[in-house]
Amino acid sequence: MCVVFSFLFGLSLMHKKMEFPFPDEVLEHIFSFIQSDKDRNSVSMVCKSWYEIERWCRRKVFVGNCYAVSPRMVSRRFPEFRSIELKGKPHFADFNLVPDGWGGYVFPWIVEMAGAFPWLEEIKLKRMVVTDESLELIAKSFKKVKVLVLSSCEGFSTDGLGAIAASCKNLEELDLVDCEVDDLSGHWLSHFPESYTSLVSLNISCLVSDEVSFSALERLVGRCTNLRTLRLNRAVPLDKVADILRRAPQLVEFGTGTYAAELRPDVYSDLAGAFSSCKELKSLSGFWDVVPDYLPAIYPVCSKLTSLNLSYATIQSPELIKLVSHCPNLQRLLVLDYIEDSGLEALASSCKDLQELRVFPSDPYGVEPNVSLTERGLVAVSSGCPKLMSVLYFCRQMSNEALVTIAKNRPNFTRFRLCIIEPRTADYLTHEPLDVGFGAIVQYCKELQRLSLSGLLTDRVFEYIGKYAKKLEMLSVAFAGDSDLGLHHVLSGCESLRKLEIRDCPFGDKALLANAARLETMRSLWMSSCAVSFGACKLLGQKMPRLNVEVIDERGPPDSRPESCPVDKLYIYRTIAGPRFDMPPFVWTMEDDPSLLLS
Amino acid sequence: MSKPIEHDYIGLSEQPLPSMEKSSDTNDKKNGLRLKDTELRLGLPGSDSPEREDHDQNVLSLKSFVPGAKRGFSDALDGGGKWVFSGGSGGGSEGLFSPRGGGKNNGGNDLSGPDSGLGGPVLKDGAAQKPQVVQEKKSQRVAGSIHGNGITAAPAPTAQVVGWPPIRSFRKNTMASHPSKNDDDDNAEANLGSECLYVKVSMDGAPYLRKVDLKISGSYKELSSALEKMFSCFTIGQCGSNGVSSRDGLSESRLIDLLHSSEYVLTYEDKDGDWMLVGDVPWEMFTNSCKRLRIMKSTEAIGLGTLYPESYGEVPKSYLDDSILL
Repeated sequence: MCVVFSFLFGLSLMHKKMEFPFPDEVLEHIFSFIQSDKDRNSVSMVCKSWYEIERWCRRKVFVGNCYAVSPRMVSRRFPEFRSIELKGKPHFADFNLVPDGWGGYVFPWIVEMAGAFPWLEEIKLKRMVVTDESLELIAKSFKKVKVLVLSSCEGFSTDGLGAIAASCKNLEELDLVDCEVDDLSGHWLSHFPESYTSLVSLNISCLVSDEVSFSALERLVGRCTNLRTLRLNRAVPLDKVADILRRAPQLVEFGTGTYAAELRPDVYSDLAGAFSSCKELKSLSGFWDVVPDYLPAIYPVCSKLTSLNLSYATIQSPELIKLVSHCPNLQRLLVLDYIEDSGLEALASSCKDLQELRVFPSDPYGVEPNVSLTERGLVAVSSGCPKLMSVLYFCRQMSNEALVTIAKNRPNFTRFRLCIIEPRTADYLTHEPLDVGFGAIVQYCKELQRLSLSGLLTDRVFEYIGKYAKKLEMLSVAFAGDSDLGLHHVLSGCESLRKLEIRDCPFGDKALLANAARLETMRSLWMSSCAVSFGACKLLGQKMPRLNVEVIDERGPPDSRPESCPVDKLYIYRTIAGPRFDMPPFVWTMEDDPSLLLS
Repeated sequence: MSKPIEHDYIGLSEQPLPSMEKSSDTNDKKNGLRLKDTELRLGLPGSDSPEREDHDQNVLSLKSFVPGAKRGFSDALDGGGKWVFSGGSGGGSEGLFSPRGGGKNNGGNDLSGPDSGLGGPVLKDGAAQKPQVVQEKKSQRVAGSIHGNGITAAPAPTAQVVGWPPIRSFRKNTMASHPSKNDDDDNAEANLGSECLYVKVSMDGAPYLRKVDLKISGSYKELSSALEKMFSCFTIGQCGSNGVSSRDGLSESRLIDLLHSSEYVLTYEDKDGDWMLVGDVPWEMFTNSCKRLRIMKSTEAIGLGTLYPESYGEVPKSYLDDSILL
């Protein structure tokens, strides 16, 4: 990308100096090689004519915060886009911190696009409220739609999916990731007409109902010969998996349903046979309710596997070790902490290509650890897996020593998310805060883009972060820090920071107000159960017209309490669309100072 | 939660500062950062940046705001707003403001105090893995074990912290509905991962659904009060979508009256898809079979079974006394 960029930079200089600049078509052609949103934005800022050319040829629009801009503004600026990606609620909505009804409705966007963009091909939504009405409108308005990805969305039912299935003849990808779907019945699958054969990717793993129309599913799979990705939901029993695989031996990515059945040799051999006929399989997931004796059925495909999601598989360490030792090409592993330190050590020695590891807690609310998974496991993989870049790790103990070792082992981390389950847990060896450990992470991992902190942390750790984490784009903080200084370090030091989310920290008005201008250079800031007063929120709202300062408080209107009273939750984001009007009763937008709006 | 809840954060500013325990090396090696000299004196005039406090008492970090602190901030403390370090909405009643300090989670589930966790029946298995009880024990043990510097603050019973550990709902619900295959015993371990059980709640006339965690409410009474708080803004019927609300001045008793009136009844859909009146069965049976809740207008609820002469908040006496559920 740097090469393209310097080329473009040179080009732009020439363009300005030449009497007859390059024809638009040439520039357009050059721009077509630039896909990344960031780069496209930069291109559009070179000069007015480049802005114009670029906006007419931008095909993919990415809106990281659906309230930062209005649907109308997007459609006006980019009259020819084919693909749109929208994100709605703040990330902490994943953990129930954002009350229902907060917002993030996709409907207005669909309405805006329905008229003007009938050729829309891709719709990707994350954390948005999608109603059946929206899905029906999509089905009706976009005959060419190929890709529909709904990630962590809610508000729709299988009726809406049925509408999509019935009308979207060109649909290639239907991907439901962690959505809350009102699963009324499995019959929506039969809404795909018999003539429909374009499916390439289907992910219904989040559908929770027990009913699935197997025959519709099997027929669909059978006639869609281009199917590459199929992620089933838990309702699909194990004995059906063999049938499905036999109809789609070309699958590259497959998610099983429940992986449990009575132990029967015929079922087993059927399954093993079906798996062995899938020569292209690279990714496996699903594995709910695993009966360990059925696991060896996947051994024939393990050597080619690059991605394995066992994060719902409640199998113990010995089985897990056996399994991963069959997968030398694994790049991505999601697993429960049943893998234990011993399993991670085995992983570190078998899977040298590992790039991403996520270890989830099997018993997050338990009193005592139920498994032997500690910092040692993480140290082992950081040492043994030279390509490891992304980690999400839930554990119960950590030490500065381990973190420093990890940081030195693996300076190539780009994502480091550590969750020590008990808030404010100190270094278990020294009883000190984990400031130094996380400090080492940010100091050594110079490419770190995403960081989540946990454990006992003082303002010190934020000092380190502000000083070293220059490429950090997203930071998640909980139960940490001592004072506003902590927040100030982050806001003033982290130059690349776009998203900051904080809960239960003693950060208040001073740091926020002192760094108000910084907030305009970020996508958003979330603070809940902190110490920001209503007065400060009002002030921020008044002084910063390009920010929406939203106070979320279910106790009632914040002005029914003294101004110095801390607000419950605060969400600040930059916007050019002004305050929104679809807020529920417990969200208030701080008003802009009218005189500033005129300037 | 291992940390004491700020039950009396109002009184915090009156407590004497603890002796400052300098943490070993970290503070000494300021490594040239010399932030004390940098532009922003976030501390108070004349005070230093807060030093590391006794780290076992993280709650004491509040005390870095010395008396004479910038007025606005200590007012915030005195104001007794929602200064919560843990999920313990059990401290909600301490606030100067509305006791429904349940803004902590979207369900507005407020616990009514120390016995909140004991609302559910104890499992036959002596391990007593019932979540709320577990949480309380956790706070007591952890304070001793993990932070074993000999300082054992008396931990208040805590509730589960909302949204912590940060695990997505889909994962929580999936693990919750997965009974451990390693157990033949139905009771023991059956609740592994089922420490939260979100069900949707709809209310006739409300513009959107809410979700409530049945595991946090240990009893019908608590569920009832949680729902009241959640839907109080709708019963007034004047909440505009632009956030302007004309519900100022409305007292809590008026809300309770409305909800306790015969205007609404609370119903639920059970595993078989039937709609039942809430309160008919023992609490535990209810949480196991409830798929979703609906606050229905009484006029629509006819035929659902015996309507209690009083509100849905009143339940048969027998189910209020959980001891008989053993």
